[in-house]
Amino acid sequence: MAEETVRELRASFAAGRTRSAEWRAEQLKGLIRMIDEKEAEISAALHEDLAKPHMESYLHEISLTKSSCKFALNGLKNWMKPEKIPASITTFPSSAKIVPEPLGVVLIISAWNYPFILSIDPVIGAIAAGNAVVLKPSEIAPATSSLLANLLPEYVDNSCIKVVEGGVPETTALLEQRWDKIFYTGNGTVARIVMAAAAKHLTPVALELGGKSPVVVDSNVDLHVAVKRIVVGKWGCNNGQACIAPDYIITTKSFAPELVASLKRVLVRFYGEDPLQSADLSRIVNSKQFTRLQDLIEEKRVADKIVYGGEADEEQLKIAPTLLLDVPQDSAIMTGEIFGPLLPIVTVEKIEESFDLINAKPKPLAAYLFTKNKKLQEKFVANVPAGGMLVNDTVLHLTNPYMPFGGVGDSGMGCYHGKFGFDCFSHKKGVLIRGFGGEANARYPPYTTEKQKILRGLINGSFIALILALLGFPREKH
Amino acid sequence: MGTTKAADGAGALLDLGETVRELREAYEGGRTRSVAWRQAQLRGLLRLLQEKEAEAFQALRTDLGKHHAEAYRDEVGLLIKSTNGALRQLGKWMTPEKVWVPLIAFPATAQVVPEPLGVVLVFSCWNVPLGLSLEPLIGAIAAGNAVALKPSELSPCTSRFLADNIGRYMDSSAVKVVQGGPEVGEQLMEHRWDKVLFTGSPRIARAVMAAASRHLTPVALELGGKCPCIFDAMGSARVLQISVNRIIAGKWSSCAGQACIAIDYVLVEERFAPILIKVLKSTLKRFFQETDHMARIVNKRHFERLSNLLEDRSVAPSVLHGGSMDAKNLYIEPTILLNPPLDSAIMTEEIFGPLLPIITVKKIEDSIAFVKAMPKPLAIYAFTRDAALRRRIVDETSSGSVTFNDAVVQYAIDGLPFGGVGQSGFGQYHGKYSFEMFSHKKAVMKRGYLVELTLRYPPWDESKVTLMRYLYRFNYFAFVLSFLGLRR
Repeated sequence: MAEETVRELRASFAAGRTRSAEWRAEQLKGLIRMIDEKEAEISAALHEDLAKPHMESYLHEISLTKSSCKFALNGLKNWMKPEKIPASITTFPSSAKIVPEPLGVVLIISAWNYPFILSIDPVIGAIAAGNAVVLKPSEIAPATSSLLANLLPEYVDNSCIKVVEGGVPETTALLEQRWDKIFYTGNGTVARIVMAAAAKHLTPVALELGGKSPVVVDSNVDLHVAVKRIVVGKWGCNNGQACIAPDYIITTKSFAPELVASLKRVLVRFYGEDPLQSADLSRIVNSKQFTRLQDLIEEKRVADKIVYGGEADEEQLKIAPTLLLDVPQDSAIMTGEIFGPLLPIVTVEKIEESFDLINAKPKPLAAYLFTKNKKLQEKFVANVPAGGMLVNDTVLHLTNPYMPFGGVGDSGMGCYHGKFGFDCFSHKKGVLIRGFGGEANARYPPYTTEKQKILRGLINGSFIALILALLGFPREKH
Repeated sequence: MGTTKAADGAGALLDLGETVRELREAYEGGRTRSVAWRQAQLRGLLRLLQEKEAEAFQALRTDLGKHHAEAYRDEVGLLIKSTNGALRQLGKWMTPEKVWVPLIAFPATAQVVPEPLGVVLVFSCWNVPLGLSLEPLIGAIAAGNAVALKPSELSPCTSRFLADNIGRYMDSSAVKVVQGGPEVGEQLMEHRWDKVLFTGSPRIARAVMAAASRHLTPVALELGGKCPCIFDAMGSARVLQISVNRIIAGKWSSCAGQACIAIDYVLVEERFAPILIKVLKSTLKRFFQETDHMARIVNKRHFERLSNLLEDRSVAPSVLHGGSMDAKNLYIEPTILLNPPLDSAIMTEEIFGPLLPIITVKKIEDSIAFVKAMPKPLAIYAFTRDAALRRRIVDETSSGSVTFNDAVVQYAIDGLPFGGVGQSGFGQYHGKYSFEMFSHKKAVMKRGYLVELTLRYPPWDESKVTLMRYLYRFNYFAFVLSFLGLRR
């Protein structure tokens, strides 16, 4: 079945259906219409899969996807234009340009935590670039998966854009096919499988993974505002189940008590005294993840570090926002990505020590710093590698379509959003057009000393050498 | 991780694990980050190329029989140009790029900051052994990485030349040459790198990428393919001659056709084949009066591979010119074939040698379908003055690059990204693309505390959603009205 799907898409692509700007614009407009007309259904599916609050669905998935679509629609003509390259003396006379072309037939594998946007956002880039697409939504968010499978054929060209649902067997079958690019959002374990499968066909991949996104909190801040932003970035993003949600906090020993007190206050403000009852918190996606998270805080050296929260409701799959203070660095909660509503706070003597702590771990997808101290900000940017960084806020950077969004090291490879999405699914083809005017005999054998002199000059961009070459030096002796 | 041994230039044994560890320490220590360090390395490289030019030429002649004019034109000269270019542009490449921020985030600044990936590995290839080692090195260093370079053991003199000299002219704690064969390559890939660039064959590329996947190491693969040359009617004799000169340069003057961007085969209309062949023959005679002016075949294995291509029973009758082979000196005469069977090895595999099949078509436009039916090559060449044909070739075919009315020279243009697509690979370099290949573009956004949009925060209700709708549409006016309660 996977083979047939790919064959059909290859035929559509070879026939040139996806190439015109009109076709691409049609698809993008179709997606916008889909979002406009089916907003309620999308929100309902997200609620079914994740108990995602309506506001979050709107803010983080629906409206972002729509503006992404519009951004691509507006940028399309410009992105498709060839880029002229300055002429070179070495190949005078010549003109050169870079022409973007679609890679062909691409596979997009989405994730369960933002199942709508993480499916459609990459598709937007792939379509804008003129590719045929297979989208494989996550089976762990089944309501959204089947919604996409039902809706997309109604709004976009089904001969070129297809949804394939399923779990491991279906994904494996897809990965055995030859694609022109594979775009995967998810975890490092499966990413390795995806890349190994891609290696067989020499298929380039983009991997959007995660990591432990640290938040460094300095004492020189507007604490109340900072804490609100941290809280909404953590628990306001699918209850911590987001690749760029703050994973853990690092602050100084002296500042920690104030920070913890402020966090508690804000948490009560946002989610009430009994957060398990709050409608503004997503639930944990399934019991497997629920158990994983419970295990994290039940670990012996960790359980006694809980300073707030810890409540859970297994039936509803809800875990309350939980703060922990000074858990051991080698505990499970501090080694793997948490991806849940647990927030460890780690303390250091001086705030600069936080950088070494962060750099001792794999490179994260996002790193956050709260401080008014400009020097500290500069040090942070210069010395902490991460996919992306935000100072004095969390998460927002992914909403800026002018910034590339992607990881580095263990947090992934490749980037997208805005034009970067278009580039992700394009090949930038160099096109050089030479004339017959300037013929440099110096290029050709037999290689004489005079020829070599001129050749050297030409390669180094020497104008004089060019003139000599154009004048036919050295004169051929026949 | 077991220790593994590899031979270095001095013949002493090197511990690979130790090598990698040293590179990692050098990088983590921060020495490769400063502009000063990067410039010093590039200047060191420049001095190396200038002071050791004679030795470099000697190494290339020994490894490949490359004439030093070709060696300068295709390797040393280009490298000097690239290094100078990198020195000139380094500051610009390293400068963060300011980026627009939507008003909703006011006050805020956004920029994209390039940072080095860390410790990178470059696998070079034997046919342009200096260029394919040092061009990536320029980019990796300019980007601030520590680098391990593994030259090909099939060009041992150049490999030794690099091992002997890189450490002398550059910072040997952060730039290392590892010599050896496939086993060394395998052992290197057991370690974790922050990026691997591989130039070579698809078969080994698959193994490299599979090994890289274990550590989630990003890779760039520079492979090859059968680069076609579409030859359209040429009009004047002068233009015909120039075109033939360039075809010859793009085939036999490029390491005797052993180049990933060398012309592999030619497509020409039936009726023009005779004149093309006639001019090819006469020009070949003029250009290659001495065997000295064409490189030899790199080794016995490739020599045998190429002679098998020719001796194939179905292919031998199509040899029109040349065909003589000197096994002792590993020399094969420039050879032209006319219409060998399309299913023969010479037409299904990348030739990588001085054999040029000419395939005739009824109409030159048929070439497009012919080329499309093959895997995407690293380069497509077309000699034509027909603008419509040019447009069709660019629009309907796919390849690393397309060059009209010449061959191979696209390699020398810094502003054009160099790399393949499909079976010819992925990832691009040269010029600023080399810098980008070994960098991570980190998105950095900074906000202030001045303006707080409280509607971001829970508890959420419908009025907050409505406000966000206006904001997200950048409908600031409606937003302000609504915020002030002046609009339902």
